[in-house]
Amino acid sequence: MVLKYVMAASGAAMLLYLVLHMIGNLKIFFGADALDSYSAWLRTLLEPAVPYAGVLWAIRVILTVALVAHVVSAIVLARRARAARPVRYVHRQPVQGSYAARTMRWGGVIILLFAIYHVLDLTTGTLNPNGVHGAVHANVVADFDPSRWYLTLFYTLAVLTVGFHVRHGLWSGLQTFGRSNALTQRALKTFAFVFAAVLVVGFLSVPFAATFGLV
Amino acid sequence: MRLHLKVWRQHDADDRGSMKRYDVDDASPDMSFLELLDVLNEKLTVDGEEPVAFDHDCREGICGACSMVIDGQPHGPEKATTTCQLHLRHFKDGDTITVEPFRAGAFPVVKDLVVDRGAFDRIIAAGGYISAPTGSAPDAHAVPVPKDQADRAFTAAACIGCGACVAACPNGSGSLFLGAKITHLGEMPQGRPERNSRVLAMVEEHDASGFGGCTNTGECAVACPKEIPLDVISQLNRDYLAARKARRRSA
Amino acid sequence: MTTYSDFTIGEPVADRAAPDGPIETRWERRRFGVKLVNPANKRKMHVIVVGTGLAGGSASATLAELGYRVSSFCYQDSPRRAHSIAAQGGINAAKNYRNDGDSVHRLFYDTVKGGDFRARESNVHRLAEISRQIIDQCVAQGVPFAREYGGLLDNRSFGGAQVSRTFYARGQTGQQLLLGAYQALERQVDAGGVTMYPRHEMLELIVVDGHARGIVARDLITGETRSHLADAVVLASGGYGNVFFLSTNAKGCNVTASWRAHRKGALFANPCFTQIHPTCIPVSGDHQSKLTLMSESLRNDGRVWVPLEKGDDRDPNLIPEAERDYFLERQYPAFGNLVPRDIASRAAKNVCDEGRGVGPGGLGVFLDFAEVIRRLGRPAVEARYGNLFQMYQRITGEDPYQVPMRIYPAVHYTMGGLWVDYDLQSTIPGLFVVGEANFSDHGANRLGASALMQGLADGYFVLPSTIGDYLATSDHDPVDPDHPAVKAAEEEVAQRIDTLLSINGTRTVDSFHRELGHLMWEHCGMERTEAGLRKALDRIPELRKEFWENVLVPGTGVELNQSLERAGRVGDFFELAELMCLDALHRNESCGGHFRAESQTPDGEAARDDEHFSYAAAWEFTGRGEAPVLHKEDLTFEYVAPTQRSYK
Repeated sequence: MVLKYVMAASGAAMLLYLVLHMIGNLKIFFGADALDSYSAWLRTLLEPAVPYAGVLWAIRVILTVALVAHVVSAIVLARRARAARPVRYVHRQPVQGSYAARTMRWGGVIILLFAIYHVLDLTTGTLNPNGVHGAVHANVVADFDPSRWYLTLFYTLAVLTVGFHVRHGLWSGLQTFGRSNALTQRALKTFAFVFAAVLVVGFLSVPFAATFGLV
Repeated sequence: MRLHLKVWRQHDADDRGSMKRYDVDDASPDMSFLELLDVLNEKLTVDGEEPVAFDHDCREGICGACSMVIDGQPHGPEKATTTCQLHLRHFKDGDTITVEPFRAGAFPVVKDLVVDRGAFDRIIAAGGYISAPTGSAPDAHAVPVPKDQADRAFTAAACIGCGACVAACPNGSGSLFLGAKITHLGEMPQGRPERNSRVLAMVEEHDASGFGGCTNTGECAVACPKEIPLDVISQLNRDYLAARKARRRSA
Repeated sequence: MTTYSDFTIGEPVADRAAPDGPIETRWERRRFGVKLVNPANKRKMHVIVVGTGLAGGSASATLAELGYRVSSFCYQDSPRRAHSIAAQGGINAAKNYRNDGDSVHRLFYDTVKGGDFRARESNVHRLAEISRQIIDQCVAQGVPFAREYGGLLDNRSFGGAQVSRTFYARGQTGQQLLLGAYQALERQVDAGGVTMYPRHEMLELIVVDGHARGIVARDLITGETRSHLADAVVLASGGYGNVFFLSTNAKGCNVTASWRAHRKGALFANPCFTQIHPTCIPVSGDHQSKLTLMSESLRNDGRVWVPLEKGDDRDPNLIPEAERDYFLERQYPAFGNLVPRDIASRAAKNVCDEGRGVGPGGLGVFLDFAEVIRRLGRPAVEARYGNLFQMYQRITGEDPYQVPMRIYPAVHYTMGGLWVDYDLQSTIPGLFVVGEANFSDHGANRLGASALMQGLADGYFVLPSTIGDYLATSDHDPVDPDHPAVKAAEEEVAQRIDTLLSINGTRTVDSFHRELGHLMWEHCGMERTEAGLRKALDRIPELRKEFWENVLVPGTGVELNQSLERAGRVGDFFELAELMCLDALHRNESCGGHFRAESQTPDGEAARDDEHFSYAAAWEFTGRGEAPVLHKEDLTFEYVAPTQRSYK
């Protein structure tokens, strides 16, 4: 039972990060300089109270902890679920609740793989065709060049998966912390849906803008 | 009408079990699903085979005894309907129907479609009550209960303890059952004094019985023949958090 | 060979436990007169309770709260599934919260009158007194009764009562009350006071030196039969309506526990008093396995009718008003569609016998809501009866908002049962009987919303007081598990199971049960005649004989074997059926649910014969197929003068 709260709390931390991340991304629409200097600002934030990139690293550490907690809880809960149904049904159950809910586990795995790629692509630049540290705008534009349509597609699918994950995860977290009741349930579900949709649109606007040469 | 059945047969708890095929040629659309099994069993008995064991009692949708999964859905395809009130008019002539027991580690199969749901009784015994020894009660009107609270308590109390929620849950969790009792008793002023100890004890027993954790998939509420709403799980979670906080504070 | 319809008359049976004097203080005085058991001794005393419905569940919980060691048995997989759970309407209590003139005395009066003057005044008065405590108790347990906006309990009038004294929880009052008792029971299981034996069926009573000292029960999972010994045994095993095969009882309801006790010497009283409920969903075909009740409240707004002409099978909506017969309104202008259950049932049967019934086999009458839907609009009707309409549609596939419902009477409750004294003790010392299993409080007819009241009164309040008197005064040397009486009981059970399994005939248990039920319904149902009862008394022994020669029970005794469970129950139903018919035959009067065609007023109403039949008929078993002995308990009425019921 406690793991559910770990799940929800770590999910909330990562969700908060996603929101900030998306807002940051949208700087791209204000031009290359805006984005690159935002990236630099992130590193100099709170200087000299904290060392260069201190805040950034703090965020990274928190994120990693949250991620590990989230994944470990997921694994434990999944194993417990497996033990709770040692014999499977012969006739597979049709999904009655929601697809988003039923795809949390595989969706989570896909998102994890994507996140690793994403870090190697746009954080370390290892897999980026441009890969110049600090030249965020150039890296992004190079990444989503029309010739690399498959990457854009991959990002699109991954972001949609994130959207599904967030939609159920956000609602589920609210439910776990007991924030829903009969009256608010529908509203909360709608809220989760809208929230996820905004994230998806916000995140996808960048690669599409790059692909279609709008930025 | 003619129906083909694939039924789980398992001689006892230790048997591995398997699906067996049977045909029923003289089913009527007005029959209930259990009456279909009655017809099958009469035929099997006369043919010298062992009839299919299944739990059933009141056959009017309230005792919660019937417990089979029909075509992958606990109590079958009709919403808000127990197996005993599921009628064959919802199937088509010539259909093949799969019938399995409720599957959960906490509900071991006893024989064929019969499972042991004693874990639910243990959860209630752990705390699903209000301590009111006979004779100790004040006048019934001593404590008025706001109508909306009484109504919410009733909606949750309508649970028949059939276990369809567990059977439907991808995690094999009993949270809807648990949440229903927590909500029922917690909504009544009489149930408030034991609210914290109740939820802690019941959750502990639930987890110890081998039920899985809730991931809010909502399958339980869809399968529930009494349409217990999902928000009882939210209530359960809220009460559990509050109870743990209270316990820490008093420790 | 004696024919079964012979019987002998034995010594009258007297209720020695009942105090006399003013009726208002009898229960108080009895409680004071009861010998108390010292708390330290209670822990050493062991009580077996068979059945976990309202009576058994509440009794087990309360006895354990008092400190007794309790073993509780039920055939279901959980005590929460006992058939009390299916009671819909409500529970009566003389709270007079409505200030409409209700009182203990009025509830007492209504119940004695409603029972057609065949119940004991003392018992009924006690029931009415305790009714008030029951509501308090249940509210304290968290039972979510219906409430008004002010937060106070709501009441409704029920079953023709002129005051609003029925407490309810939507249409699931029985469920909510039972869950209250069940939770109290589980609390005691957790505390160690009650040992629960679910999926166990009592198959024999153990009587040692004339005292009930235990039972033989079969573990329905493993098939193991073994004896359980105790200081007293409480039967709370419900009614025997399933003798009719089709009834509103749960499929598992049976008479075996009571019948085994009867065979061991407990008298069985008024077996022919059965209640037939008018508003059930009619039979749809030969496959029918049980009947479903629709709440009596439907008669508040629905109008009952059949076509005026025989064989009129037009769509009911096309039958003009002038060609309809609203027979209840016609025959009983004062009460109309709200006449008591027995009267409504018989009237429906009569019009069907005339060939004017509707639906499959002509066994049904219309219950029409068209008028109220026109008058109040569909939403108002939906608010009142939505769930019932839904249930009807689920079962029949017809929409009652569009087409009139079809209803037909069905067996619902049995007023008869094991004879008990004021202390609820049977004629076997140490054997107590509570709830529907006993015969005590409803006389020849039970009023709506009174079954729940009686079950809980017995279990929470009466038995836990009175059983102490027995336990305090009787001898409690432990019974040796090898005592010859114990061994004999175990042997009897083993032999019976062996016999059933070894007959290996050609007919299934259900086919016998169906035939027996049909016979009973025809001849010992809503209307009984001497000729019909004699016919049944000829045919039942033949069928019983065939059963014991030709029944086919597959499987073995050492496993979960549902056919074997049913076979044992049907075997006992055969013996009970004969006694019911004999009781009905000997009671040559009409009263309450027992209508003898020979005893009616010129306009076809039940005619009671107080001069000859103002007694409870308590029967003694003398052997299967042997003439039983009738012991009469004379009923005297000091407070409510017997009158002819009239609902014209």
